[in-house]
Amino acid sequence: MSILLAIGFLASAIAPLLHRRFRENFGWIALIFPLSMFLGLLWHYPTVAGGMVVRESIPWVASLGVNLSFALDGLSLTFAMIITLIGAAVFLYAGAYMKEYPDAGRFFLYIGVFMTSMLGLVLSANTILLFIFWELTSISSFLLIGFNHQRESSRKSAIQALLVTGGGGLALLAGFILLREVTGSFEIADMYDMNALITAHPLYPAIVVLMLLGAFTKSAQFPFHFWLPNAMEAPTPVSAYLHSATMVKAGIYLVARMNHEIGGTPLWQDTLLATGAATMLFTSVLALGATDLKKLLAYSTLSVLGTLMLLLGIGSPLAIKAFFIYLIAHSLYKGTLFLVAGTLDHETGTRDVRRLGGLRRAMPITAATAALASFSMMGVIPLVGFIGKETVYKSILELDTWGIPLIAAAVTANAFIVMVTLLVGFRPFWGKARATPKHPHEAPLKMLLGPGLLAVLGLLFGLFPDLFISTLLDQSALSILSEKIGLKITLWHGVNMVLFLSLATLLAGGVAYRLRNALQERLDGFRAPALMKPSSWYEALVGGMLKSARLQTALLQNGYLRNYIQIVLITALSAAAYALYQAADRVRIVPDVSITFYEAALGIIIIVATWMLVTSQSRLKSIVALGVVGFSIGIIFVIYGAPDVALTTFAIETLNVILFVLVLYRLPKFVSLSSTSNRIRDAIIAGSAGLFMTMTILLATSFDLSSKLKEYYAAASVPEGRGRNIVNVILVDFRAIDTLGEITVLAIAALGVLALLKPGPEEGRRP
Amino acid sequence: MNSIILATASRYLLMLLLMFSVFLLFRGHNEPGGGFAGGLVAAAAYALYVIANGIDAARSVLRTDPMRIVAAGLATALLSTLPSLLAGKPFMTGIWIDTMSPVGKIGTPLLFDIGVYLLVLGMTLTIIFALAEEDATR
Repeated sequence: MSILLAIGFLASAIAPLLHRRFRENFGWIALIFPLSMFLGLLWHYPTVAGGMVVRESIPWVASLGVNLSFALDGLSLTFAMIITLIGAAVFLYAGAYMKEYPDAGRFFLYIGVFMTSMLGLVLSANTILLFIFWELTSISSFLLIGFNHQRESSRKSAIQALLVTGGGGLALLAGFILLREVTGSFEIADMYDMNALITAHPLYPAIVVLMLLGAFTKSAQFPFHFWLPNAMEAPTPVSAYLHSATMVKAGIYLVARMNHEIGGTPLWQDTLLATGAATMLFTSVLALGATDLKKLLAYSTLSVLGTLMLLLGIGSPLAIKAFFIYLIAHSLYKGTLFLVAGTLDHETGTRDVRRLGGLRRAMPITAATAALASFSMMGVIPLVGFIGKETVYKSILELDTWGIPLIAAAVTANAFIVMVTLLVGFRPFWGKARATPKHPHEAPLKMLLGPGLLAVLGLLFGLFPDLFISTLLDQSALSILSEKIGLKITLWHGVNMVLFLSLATLLAGGVAYRLRNALQERLDGFRAPALMKPSSWYEALVGGMLKSARLQTALLQNGYLRNYIQIVLITALSAAAYALYQAADRVRIVPDVSITFYEAALGIIIIVATWMLVTSQSRLKSIVALGVVGFSIGIIFVIYGAPDVALTTFAIETLNVILFVLVLYRLPKFVSLSSTSNRIRDAIIAGSAGLFMTMTILLATSFDLSSKLKEYYAAASVPEGRGRNIVNVILVDFRAIDTLGEITVLAIAALGVLALLKPGPEEGRRP
Repeated sequence: MNSIILATASRYLLMLLLMFSVFLLFRGHNEPGGGFAGGLVAAAAYALYVIANGIDAARSVLRTDPMRIVAAGLATALLSTLPSLLAGKPFMTGIWIDTMSPVGKIGTPLLFDIGVYLLVLGMTLTIIFALAEEDATR
């Protein structure tokens, strides 16, 4: 499996190159990538369905217990097959959809990285590895949402999604670390039987809160749901893939994965139940205010994510069964409908549901695909969505205390989903034709094949549930619960309460659709107070952060170099002076009378040059004086036998003077601006810096300086470093990592200087 | 600055100083010198050329953007870390070829030092060129 992922990242890396070469038919080439992965997973299907777990582990940072461990069990396989199957449809589709984008090659790089990371996430059997893939999906999602980076709203949405999911990711990491404190391992397999130990531990509540923070932000649960509708700024294939079928289900996957290890307590189950129910109901109502095809779909996705979380919260065998069927059904129909929405946008030029109508003549295949997926989404027999919704209702009805209010909430939420379906899946194609910005015509084959296939699969899964889902279901459930479900999936359950509820849902949805226009006007007048909207909490948080950043910038970094130097010196001095004060009694002043003539002369030269530097009224004179100080120090190095340091000092001093002279041209005429009090203040700061350095050197010389380190380097330099120049051997061999870090900083500094000095593209064009 | 003597001399000095800087780079492992000092000397050579002949002439003598030299230096330094990883030894363990060549022993630390040389040269020239260009546009 690690090889599969390595190939995935490699294929993503070369995708832009291939795209440049085979622009026209890139969709078909891109298709090979997810399809071959899907077939690879299919090959493991019999093994996994037979009850085996495919495992693989390569030590990575073994000392910390972080390994490249992968496990393919029922749960992982279900998610992995969804990821690759929808991926195949989306990649092919995107080949045609992204044709007009100039950066389409980069798009395939991002989405390829995303698919591979998402696969890695569901295959990981080590929590740290899982976290790494988790963050990689957040980052690729950020890049994809912000793909149209010229638009401000894209950038804003991308940052919002990154901050929310990234913040949750950090909480997740903290949760994993606490979990390791309790269990002593990062390997999920080690924790499988530790449920009793973990749930009894005092850290358990903290672990649950941190993990759920991660899961709820990623899966856009209330009150973190707001980033998902905004993420619709991304190109439509991305919305279909990341923001409905795969990435937003990562949080749900995490909860399912960890359920066996840390679930089963009231804290865990009730939090899931309450959050899931709140998300399901609240976000479905929000769909009333939307007119954009993709936003409508996004709100219904949110509601489904809430339902899935709710099912995990119920946690009964029936609920887990409903979880899997609903998960698969949703991925199939929602992926399809997003792609259909993209096709509509692409072929008509608008996504506003009010401007679309009567397109079934122009786009018959798209209309049929949309209808098929819509029937599944509404839960109409005989599609897989029908089984999904029936099982959801049935598992909610099993509950004792909360059954009645929850079923009311579920029916309401699903009625709104039906309304969304009517708006997105039917209204654009039926009724009378409306004028659209572009003349509508049927989409190319590449954009029909993927969604069409997914819609047909939704029908097949519904007609033959045993063939496709049942076989894997038992194994999948075993990853979540300890027992096998042993329940058969059937399409027809007979005439009962659940069937009645299904019919009621459809009816209520139809009524909601009819009433929508009337409701719409009421809703337009109604504005939720800012305190009630979680998105405004986010705004306030980010705004506050920026404000405090501005405040401290104005205070500490006001753009005057002299202030920076002052602040740096004062901070460093006052921190270090304290330590020096503690050791004050160890400072020995040993007068050394054996000063040679050269040393004395150099000392005098340095003092005179420094005096000139400070008092001179000419910048050029000051710089030359500074050079004199530098060269004199270089000569001291020569006298004391450090030719390497001396050589470097000479070179640097020479360049310093040259640089200063170059800068000098750009400065205005010298005027004495500073007042006397300023000068006294500066003199005190400079004086204390000098005093501090003197004391430090005196302190340093009072210690015994013959350290073992020096002897070691002197002895090891020739045999191990193969060089006689100890300084150089230390720089390029013994402490080479330090040097590597330093030269990286130098490279970045060079970029910074370049950016500061070069006029930007816009500034440069100005006359 | 329009000094014919300096302009003529700088052409020869450039070659001499560059040769000296490469000499410093290769002798650095046994005698005073090394990539850092060598890179600075090379940068000083070009700085002299900028002062004598102007920025445009210096750019055409260098033939490439100094930022590319920075990138090449960093890449070379990183490249020198790969053999240790491939050999399964701790990161950046020096690996040597045990034959003598005209420039001394050849090994990954030497490659690393060449990276340092290029990076220091490129970085200093990036700054000097950017500053000198500002002057020229004035």
